[in-house]
Amino acid sequence: MVALSPDLCPPQRIKGDRSQRARRLGLALAALLAVMTVISLGWGASGTSLTQAILDLLAGRELAVQDRVVLMDIRLPRVLMGIFVGASLAVSGAVMQGLFRNPLADPGIVGISSGASLGAILAIVLASALPGWLTGLFGWYLVPVGAFAGGWATTITLYRIATRRGRTSVATMLLAGIALGAIIGAVSGLVILRADDRELRDVTFWSLGSLAGANWPKLLVAAPIMALAMIHAPWLARGLNALALGEAAAAHVGIRVQKVKNRAILTVAAATGAAVAVSGGIGFVGIVVPHLLRLASGPDHRWLLVNSALLGAVTLLIADMISRTVIAPAELPIGIVTAIMGGPFFLWILLRNRGVLDL
Amino acid sequence: MSLIASDISVSLGRKQVLHGVSVSAQAGEFTAIVGPNGSGKTTLMRSLTGELACRGRITLNGRDIARMPPEELARHRGVLPQAAELSFPFTVAEVVRIGIEGQAGRTEALIPQALAAVGLPGFSGRLYQELSGGEQQRVQLARVLAQVWQPVDKETGPRWLMLDEPVSSLDIAHQLTVMRLAADYARAGGGVIAVMHDLNLTALFAQRLVLMCAGRVLAQGRPEEVLSDDTLSCAYGCRLRVNATPESGIWVLPHLAA
Repeated sequence: MVALSPDLCPPQRIKGDRSQRARRLGLALAALLAVMTVISLGWGASGTSLTQAILDLLAGRELAVQDRVVLMDIRLPRVLMGIFVGASLAVSGAVMQGLFRNPLADPGIVGISSGASLGAILAIVLASALPGWLTGLFGWYLVPVGAFAGGWATTITLYRIATRRGRTSVATMLLAGIALGAIIGAVSGLVILRADDRELRDVTFWSLGSLAGANWPKLLVAAPIMALAMIHAPWLARGLNALALGEAAAAHVGIRVQKVKNRAILTVAAATGAAVAVSGGIGFVGIVVPHLLRLASGPDHRWLLVNSALLGAVTLLIADMISRTVIAPAELPIGIVTAIMGGPFFLWILLRNRGVLDL
Repeated sequence: MSLIASDISVSLGRKQVLHGVSVSAQAGEFTAIVGPNGSGKTTLMRSLTGELACRGRITLNGRDIARMPPEELARHRGVLPQAAELSFPFTVAEVVRIGIEGQAGRTEALIPQALAAVGLPGFSGRLYQELSGGEQQRVQLARVLAQVWQPVDKETGPRWLMLDEPVSSLDIAHQLTVMRLAADYARAGGGVIAVMHDLNLTALFAQRLVLMCAGRVLAQGRPEEVLSDDTLSCAYGCRLRVNATPESGIWVLPHLAA
């Protein structure tokens, strides 16, 4: 019998504690993100090589006007947008999966992304029917604002449906999300039927996702929302870890379960709403990134959320580089790139681990 | 210091599951809740842990649990649920760690100690989902134990282990390991309250029994008071015979004679 004495053992490394591995992975990902950011800034369809320009900029030297415009007004906002959107999508996925205790949960699955899409489609198609002063007031903010409003409205509706007497049922929310997603899809279809050719092209391009529209004003609106959501996410880590044991057991170890759920949903709505608003429908990042990280360093949310943000950003930068150059000077929508990269990769992981991994 | 439930009633859906139940358990003792399937044992346990809202009043060390926030309750009592679920591939060490996360003064050095206490030394690096049912149950117990490691808190008094069928999927040797662990916890000044099925194992370790039947307490007290032929036969609806010898204590057998 082992005596229940106070623990007096010296600190030691415990087998099965993967936090050191996760911490190292995080540092490596942060370094990779820094490198990818620089490469990404120098990468593109513009004829001039910008690598020298970046080195000049880092050294504090004056840039040629053309290099300056391409670098500061086109590439930099786009790269920053890629970092924020990639991080937001991956963190939203990880939080949603922790909340639903299901590695396949994703804002895309519970209809939050569809709601945001509907908002954007409405904005594109109905823009011509709106009074001039309104479209003038929002300018090209109309689509992002529509997407953001759609994402929020869906999340709140879903939450109201799934909450009874202050308790949110995760199962109801998942099922209601699937139903709501179908209804929203149908309404989007109806709206698209009304669209003319130009609007149709806009809708299609937007729904495939792209960072092409990134500019400083959009970034300044969306980035603070995404940044706030991501800064807040690590505070959810302890609650999400405990929730893996089920809601009752999480409450027994001292977690205020309803508070964690409320905050997780708010975080996801803000991050996904802002990301979809500025970049359209970019799939798979939210599922594949957290899944890979769980395989590499375990599901502990203290590291998973931070590392998801880093790997999500790296992934989107790579996808954007491919989308910018593969059919240059035209551009491949980034949603197609992430789906082509992510889909087969995800299937490969599933097949490789068939029977070993309990999803 | 004690755990006292006074006149508690619980309805699940339209069905009333507990009818004005009053029970008490003392720190320093192993209290077992026994009774047939569907008699309300688990519902009573879920009320005592604060998980289920109920009519009536439950106090832990003199404080109303309905007024204690979750983190405060977590300092005073650890709960082993009947069915332990776990999503995502956590290692054993990571599962036990969830028990100490957020608890002041606990370090990760406790993880191997808690695992050794439940008879799983060297298991910390294994994946939880690859363990057998009995091993998983003991990992969960290690997690609960790590949460309320010292049986007595210098400031707030005794801590409590609340166990819902802690030995249901264990072999006889590990049943003894777990029961001894619980008994030692009580001997060191902590409180233990457990839902049990095996009357013989219960009689070996418990100082106090609560016998439930149809949502009511049929009898409670010392094992020799509660375990009688008539009371048990009435509770379980079959003929049971209670035997006792000075060497082996009390044991219960079904009476199969025509």
